[in-house]
Amino acid sequence: MVSVAAVASRLERAWALLDRVLDPEVPVVSVRDLGIVRDVVEDDAGGLTVVVTPTYSGCPATEVIEASIVAALEEGGLGPVRVEMRRAPAWTTDWMSEKGKRQLREYGIVPPGPVKAPSVAPLRFVPRPKPVALACPRCESLQTERIAAFGATACKALWRCTACGEPFEHFKPI
Amino acid sequence: MTQASIKISREPSVQYLLRLGDTCLIHAQRTAEWCGHAPLPEEDIALSNMALDLVGQARAVLTRAGQLEAQLGGAAHDEDQLAFLREERDFRNLTLAELPRGDFAMTMLRNFALATFFKLLWTKLERSSDAELAGIAGKALKEARYHQEHSGDWVVRLGDGTAESAARMKAALDSLWPYFAEIFESDAIDDEAAASGLGPRWAELAADWRTEFADVLGAAGLQLPADRPFRSTGKSGRHSEHLGYILAEMQHLQRAFPGGVW
Repeated sequence: MVSVAAVASRLERAWALLDRVLDPEVPVVSVRDLGIVRDVVEDDAGGLTVVVTPTYSGCPATEVIEASIVAALEEGGLGPVRVEMRRAPAWTTDWMSEKGKRQLREYGIVPPGPVKAPSVAPLRFVPRPKPVALACPRCESLQTERIAAFGATACKALWRCTACGEPFEHFKPI
Repeated sequence: MTQASIKISREPSVQYLLRLGDTCLIHAQRTAEWCGHAPLPEEDIALSNMALDLVGQARAVLTRAGQLEAQLGGAAHDEDQLAFLREERDFRNLTLAELPRGDFAMTMLRNFALATFFKLLWTKLERSSDAELAGIAGKALKEARYHQEHSGDWVVRLGDGTAESAARMKAALDSLWPYFAEIFESDAIDDEAAASGLGPRWAELAADWRTEFADVLGAAGLQLPADRPFRSTGKSGRHSEHLGYILAEMQHLQRAFPGGVW
């Protein structure tokens, strides 16, 4: 018979270990701070099930993240571990922790702002609002412009700062 | 020895999902052809990213199609078997998705037409009676919005650009326009999906699609061409001559080395 306290401590240790599993494409933010770990539960067979939600449908890092989670928890003696992919509700950058956003900024990537409720009206092109200027992560200038909506990974956009001349990335709110 | 082809259930719900999943898959394959060939690096990256999103959506939808097939008493095919082991006539993608990528204007116009359609479709599918499909839709919708915005910007930029870019966008519109009609042709498979709550008849999305499409064309200085009687028939498995070549390239490895994995 496993006590309630023992289960709680096992789950707590699991969350602590997940704090150290980094996103392979932004290797400063943990999967926990990224907000993609939705739940950790002990299953009937005595193993742990980690519920993970993908960031983008085609994110090529998904399989690597799954494998890193299993490896980290099993090395921590918490196995056997299984990862369950759950799409709904869809991941939003609003689930990213404040710590995760700070780490992104320190890494040179502008963190996502709050997600605005999407408009239900048809997409209108004229007049078209420009994206709100982001502060350059290097010189803090607001003289920045978006170069492209897609960057080195699907989750980031490319920007440049016209004050200091440096390009930078923005983690898109989604 | 080469791998034999598989046959798929004719169940309407499975066919409905194959239309969606196959259109994502073939559109992804065509879009990915730009990798290393786009006119500027940012576009190379953007098109590759969009192709990845589409592959991810295709994987999810094909996986679900295989699960539904199994629930209905058919074989339990997985996403790879569905993508790599079906023959041309068993693909259910829109003919539009398989047409050669053409020039950059053609690619952007097709991307815009399909992204606008997908945005409207995923929005409806978020309320599908199939919880799994609704989950896939919730995720894909966010991606489709980005794709639509991106390609729409280019349609305007090229259409309202230089004489050369405007002429190319006009030519793209004239050649692709006849293929857009197929998107909104409804049949018994759509009727079943609407009745069971799986998803909307695609015809229901026509009016909203036309509004958004016409708005962007207007900003690009282009007009909606006149409708024509021609109807492409990819959704029912009768494809253009182009799909076979895509499949030959896409399926070659799995056919030659059955079950091979990375």
